[in-house]
Amino acid sequence: MAFVISFIEQGLIYGIMALGMYITYKILDFPDMTVDGCFPMGVALSVVMIRQGVFPCATLPICFLCGAAVGMITGIINVYGKVRDLLAGIIMMTGLYSVNLMIAGQANLPMYDYFNIFDNNLLNGIFPESMRGYQRLIVLIVITLVVKWILDLYMKTKSGYMLRAVGDNDLLVTSMGVDKGKVRIIGLAIANGLVCLSGCIFAQQQGYFEISMGTGTAVIGLASVIIGTNLKKHCKFINVTTMVIIGAIIYRACVALALKFGMQPALMKLISASILLVILLATRDRKKAS
Amino acid sequence: MLELNHIYKTYNPGSVNEMCLYEDFNLKVPDGQFVAVVGSNGSGKTSLLKLICGSMEPDKGEIILTQRNHSTGKEETVNLVGVSEHVRHKTIGRVYQNPALGTCPSMTILENMAIADNKGKIFGLGRCVSKKREEYYKELLKTIGLGLEDKIHIPVGYLSGGQRQCLALLLSTMTPIDFLILDEHTAALDPKTADIVMEMTDKIVHEKKVTTLMVTHNLRYAVEYGDRILMMHEGKAILDKADEEKKTISTEEIMHIFNQISVECGN
Repeated sequence: MAFVISFIEQGLIYGIMALGMYITYKILDFPDMTVDGCFPMGVALSVVMIRQGVFPCATLPICFLCGAAVGMITGIINVYGKVRDLLAGIIMMTGLYSVNLMIAGQANLPMYDYFNIFDNNLLNGIFPESMRGYQRLIVLIVITLVVKWILDLYMKTKSGYMLRAVGDNDLLVTSMGVDKGKVRIIGLAIANGLVCLSGCIFAQQQGYFEISMGTGTAVIGLASVIIGTNLKKHCKFINVTTMVIIGAIIYRACVALALKFGMQPALMKLISASILLVILLATRDRKKAS
Repeated sequence: MLELNHIYKTYNPGSVNEMCLYEDFNLKVPDGQFVAVVGSNGSGKTSLLKLICGSMEPDKGEIILTQRNHSTGKEETVNLVGVSEHVRHKTIGRVYQNPALGTCPSMTILENMAIADNKGKIFGLGRCVSKKREEYYKELLKTIGLGLEDKIHIPVGYLSGGQRQCLALLLSTMTPIDFLILDEHTAALDPKTADIVMEMTDKIVHEKKVTTLMVTHNLRYAVEYGDRILMMHEGKAILDKADEEKKTISTEEIMHIFNQISVECGN
């Protein structure tokens, strides 16, 4: 049971990150590598803030805003600097490595003995002792559902429609009197905000920061998005954002099973990359259909 | 009123491929006029539209648009040169040659109409589609007469080219506009569908009394529809007939002039 709870928890956390990648990869058609730097930035910010005594719940919106700022910079480099999308992301990812080291001050930073969003006086008072094992899972379900609900609401607004339109046909967006560059920047800001928020929650679940945490984040996100969107094709009644979160849980389950059946943790990234390759080959989702 | 005054434009200046397109080009389009622009390839028709829409800037000259401010009702004069493309499109409607360019293929008809209805609202956080507006969109779709009102939840990518072009035309004229640009919008359609789209264009333009510039290679459409015919050749208007004068011109005459030009150019 603990094994199942563990991968569902991780799946929910990565699900929030996958929602961000759904915006960049599926909606904007923007291969955003910033996430590999933005996710550990969320982790670093979270660990440093908790250690400094910041109220755990306050770390969530702060990390979202910091991630959004990073996403905006990627967008500005791409739109106004006319740097190609992939390059803009790589520039940011590389730069953020040093920024993350500066935030944390060192390559490893633990925070095991501090209160966090899963373990604090308020929650410990609400949940009885018998429920303690599920406390983290319940908090994660609530946070993920709230994030998903807000994103779904945003997607139904005028601004959300413009975001979807810019990935579909940016010429139409210009014809509608809207600056397509600004729409892309907004999309990247929201996406990286979600990625950073996911990193923030991940830090509080894991209890430490480690500089190489971000490597392969994009792969995990992409795999989750592709599993989710392919499941959506077979199940019309469930929202695509829900499917992306389910995709992230399925992906974590695959990784957890691989580790359970004897794969060495050192091979983790190879397993991640292999799973993504298998999913891509199985779904042939390498090119966006016109 | 749209005025193009003393427009100069040279492609690839300073290179071996330098080509002077417009040299002191002037054009005046009064309010509500439907202008059909014809001419051979490379004569400067599409470049004219690009200049007005902002996808291309002139080297010299001014593009003056006298427009009515839709909120205050007062007339304002704006020089469009230097104004960015998306800002110009707030009061300009545009339909492209390729039906795929005027709509979002993976979004439904309803969603496409909602986007057009909320033209220019990038930061709007209100709901894009309401039940009340949905009924209004259905009423609008009924006016096209293609039965699209029953397919309102179908992605636009599933529609035929003609249906998409009709929808694109409807989208570009949903909100009040000062100017409508039609860039060979019937060229990719079969003759029957092209006729339907052209009929619809004529109806919308006359109902809304919107100033229109239509580039076309179909000389019959240029003669039959619109209030004015403009024939371009090497960046100059070599034929410009409006209203009563235009009515005396036949397709054969236009064809004759067109052939003469083609022979001169060696096409």
